[in-house]
Amino acid sequence: MANSTTEKTNAVETEPLSLMAVVAPAVGWLIPGAGHMIQKRWIRGGLLFISIVALFLLGLAMQGRIYKANGGDILDMLGFIGNLGAGGLYIITLAMDWGQGAIAFATADYGTKFMIVAGLLNFISIADAYHIAIGKKQ
Amino acid sequence: MTLTLNHFSAAAVFALFASVVFGITHRDTTRDMVRYGIYCFAMFLGGALLAGWAMWLLRR
Repeated sequence: MANSTTEKTNAVETEPLSLMAVVAPAVGWLIPGAGHMIQKRWIRGGLLFISIVALFLLGLAMQGRIYKANGGDILDMLGFIGNLGAGGLYIITLAMDWGQGAIAFATADYGTKFMIVAGLLNFISIADAYHIAIGKKQ
Repeated sequence: MTLTLNHFSAAAVFALFASVVFGITHRDTTRDMVRYGIYCFAMFLGGALLAGWAMWLLRR
């Protein structure tokens, strides 16, 4: 396996907590990839935006279902946490009353998973934006 | 508008976008990001194909 990011960044000095360390993850949650873009990592931010938004929109187009906060069982709650990672996309979907799901379509299940994974990938993206902000990564 | 993807297409699209995110967030340099992204894509798609054939063997 190739060297992990942590091995290479151990030698990099981390900067003290700054405003960017709070703003970048927050903005990155709201708009996927924006946390990187405000730190002038345009290409990375753009690719993250395209990937996460495309995955989420494909999930919606496949009639996937969005989970809400009042889910009854543990799987619903986990689905909600995953969806929440998508930030602004999740807020817009709720506001527009999209993501009702469709049992009749077999691919709707794929769509549901696509949207959950988009949220989870955005969590990873947020963490990466934070590491850039604190100087742990270039 | 309903989009219908077959299983392989759905797996390929998923693997593509997930690999892009993994490559960017798990490596430092551009070269390493691209290499790791390709590796992840191969693992995602290859793993799905392997799992499919393994299930076919079990079914048989």
